[in-house]
Amino acid sequence: MINLAGRDILHSWGKFAFTGLGLGLLIGVTLTMAGVYRGMVDDAKVLLNNSGADLWIVQKDTLGPYAESSSLHDDVYRSILGLPGVAQAANVTYLTMQVRRGDTDVRAMVVGFEPGQPGEPGYLTAGRQITRSHYEAVADVKTGFQLGEQIRIRRHDYTVVGLTRRMVSSGGDPMVFIPLKDAQEAQFLKDNDAILNERARTATNPSLNRPGVPGLLEAIQASQASNRNVNTVLVRVQAGQSPEEVAAPIRRWKHLQAYTRVQMEEILIAKLIATSAKQIAMFLVILAIVSAAIVAFIIYTMTLGKIREIAVLKLIGTRSSTIAGMILQQALGLGLIGFIIGKVAATFWAPAFPKYVLLESGDAISGFIAVMIICALASTLAIRAALRVDPATAIGG
Amino acid sequence: MQQKMQQTFGITIEGLSKRYGSGNAAVDALKDVNMTVAPGEVVGLIGPSGSGKSTLLKCLGAIIEPTAGRMTLGEEVIFDGGWKISDLKALRRDKIGFVFQAPYLIPFLDVTDNVALLPMLAGQPNAASRRRALELLTALDVAHRAKAQPSELSGGEQQRVAIARALANQPPVILADEPTAPLDSERALSVIRILNEMAQQYQTAIIVVTHDEKIIPTFKRTYHIRDGRTYEEAGEGRAL
Repeated sequence: MINLAGRDILHSWGKFAFTGLGLGLLIGVTLTMAGVYRGMVDDAKVLLNNSGADLWIVQKDTLGPYAESSSLHDDVYRSILGLPGVAQAANVTYLTMQVRRGDTDVRAMVVGFEPGQPGEPGYLTAGRQITRSHYEAVADVKTGFQLGEQIRIRRHDYTVVGLTRRMVSSGGDPMVFIPLKDAQEAQFLKDNDAILNERARTATNPSLNRPGVPGLLEAIQASQASNRNVNTVLVRVQAGQSPEEVAAPIRRWKHLQAYTRVQMEEILIAKLIATSAKQIAMFLVILAIVSAAIVAFIIYTMTLGKIREIAVLKLIGTRSSTIAGMILQQALGLGLIGFIIGKVAATFWAPAFPKYVLLESGDAISGFIAVMIICALASTLAIRAALRVDPATAIGG
Repeated sequence: MQQKMQQTFGITIEGLSKRYGSGNAAVDALKDVNMTVAPGEVVGLIGPSGSGKSTLLKCLGAIIEPTAGRMTLGEEVIFDGGWKISDLKALRRDKIGFVFQAPYLIPFLDVTDNVALLPMLAGQPNAASRRRALELLTALDVAHRAKAQPSELSGGEQQRVAIARALANQPPVILADEPTAPLDSERALSVIRILNEMAQQYQTAIIVVTHDEKIIPTFKRTYHIRDGRTYEEAGEGRAL
C-alpha cells in the first residue's frame, strides 16, 4: 500500500519544510528552556563539586552559605579540626559583587580561600594557583579576564595568575578566587570616611573611652576596623568516614549547622532555584500548549485544503483508518521535522546564552516523545473533520 | 425469469424512491425509478438541474440510502428496502467505479499510483496493482504519462486517467457524472468513445449522467429523468 502521508509530504515539501521550520524554532525555544533549568541545576552541582568539601559548617539556623547569609568566627575551624573523622577544615568566604575590568563591571562571586585547602579551585586551564598571601587572583574564563590582567576589588588591585573553567555560583556568576584575608577585608571593609566617623563616635562614647584605662579605646577601634568572620568552614572527612556521622557532633556540641553534600544539594536545587524552576516549568507548559495549538491549526488547515481529495478517497472506498492514518502520519512527520530543526537550533544557539544551558540527551528524548504525543493529539481535530467529510461532496449536485 | 434478468443486466433498479425530510417538509427526489443497464452497455441519464440525477447517482453509488426499492448489481441484491451489504465502502471500492465532472485525481500521487490506489486499497499487492494500472493506461493511451503528476496532464489526459482509475478494480458498474463537462467537443467525444470501448472490453455497465448536447446523440439508449421519474428512450447511437 502506498504511504499517502509520505507522498503528500514529498509533493508539498516546501510547505512542510517552512511549517516545520516555524514549529522547529518554537521547539528549539522549548528545549532551550529545559536546558536553562538543567544549566541551573548543573551550576549548583558544579559549585558543590568545585568546593571539594564533604561538609559545609555554617551559622546555626541558617541555610548558608549559598542560599542564606552565614557568619562564623574564623577560628571555629580549629575546633572542627579536632573532631574525630575530620581530615581537613578551612575557612571560606563568598561575596557576589561587581568587580572592575577596565572601564566595565563584571558580575562575579569573589571567593576567599586558603591555598591547598578545601575551597581552592580544583583545576586550572592556564597559569598557576595563588602562592602569595595578598593581591593575586584566579578567575573563571567567563569573567573575560586574561592572565596578567588587574582586577579591581574594593580599593585593591589583584593580578590574575591563573584561569579556571566552570567555576560558577549557583546563580551562574563566574568566580574570582582571592586569598582569604583579602576576601575578609573586601567583604567587611568600610570606606575611609566611615572608618573616621566610627572612630570619632567610639572616642566620644564615655563607656568605651574611659579615663584611666589606657589602650582600651585603641583596642576597640582596632576591632571595629578588622574582620574575623567567614561565611563557612568547608570540611573534608577522613577516608571511610560517613559525613553524616561527622556532622552530628558538630550540630550537637558546636552550636553550628553542618550540611552534608546531599543536604546542600537539596538546599540549592529544591530551595534556592525552586522558584526559577517553577517559572521555567510554566514557560514549558505554555510553550507546549502553543506548539499543540499551532500543530493542530496547521494540520487542520492542511486537511481542509484537501477536503475534495478526501471526499474522493472516501467515495472510492478508502477506509476511515487509512485517511486517519494519513493525517496522523502527517502530523507526526511535521513534529519530526520540527523536532530535528528545533534540536539543531537549540544546539547552535545554546552557547550564546550568558548563563550555562545544558542540553541533555534525556531531555531531548523526552521532548521528542512529548512532541510526538502533542502532534498526535493535535491531529485529532483534523481527523474528526476529515472523517465527517461527506463522500457525496465529490459528486456535487 | 427474475434470476435470468439479474444475470443478464449489470445493474437493475426497480421501484427506487428517495424522500428527503419528513412531514410537510418532505421532498420526493426519486419516485419509482426503474432502470436496467447491461454489461458492456453505455446509457445516458439526462435531465435538467434539480430533476434528481445526482440523487439517483448517489443512491446507485451507495452514498445515500434510498427510501424504498430494489437494486441489483449482477447477481447480487445490494438494496431491497434497506442495504443488503454491511460494508458499503468495500462495495464502492470493489463493485462501482466513479468518473467525476472534474477528474479529481489525487494531486500527490503520480498517474500510475492514482490508478493503482484502488487495487491496493482492495488488498492487491503493489506490483500487481501497478501492472494493472499500466495495462489500463496503455489501453487508454496515456501510458507515456505514467510517471507524470496530475498537474502536468492536459484536461483530456486527466479524464482518461480518471476513467482508468474507475476501471482499476474491474467493477461491474461505472457511474460517470458529467465526465465531458469541462472538455471541448473533440475531447468530449473521445471520452465517450473510450467509455464505450472500455464497456465492451471489460463488460462494464456504464451510466453517464449528462446534459452535454454534444454527446447525447452517441447513446444507443437513454433515460430521461424529470421530477424524480425516469423515462426510457432509444437513442440515436451515432457513430463515434
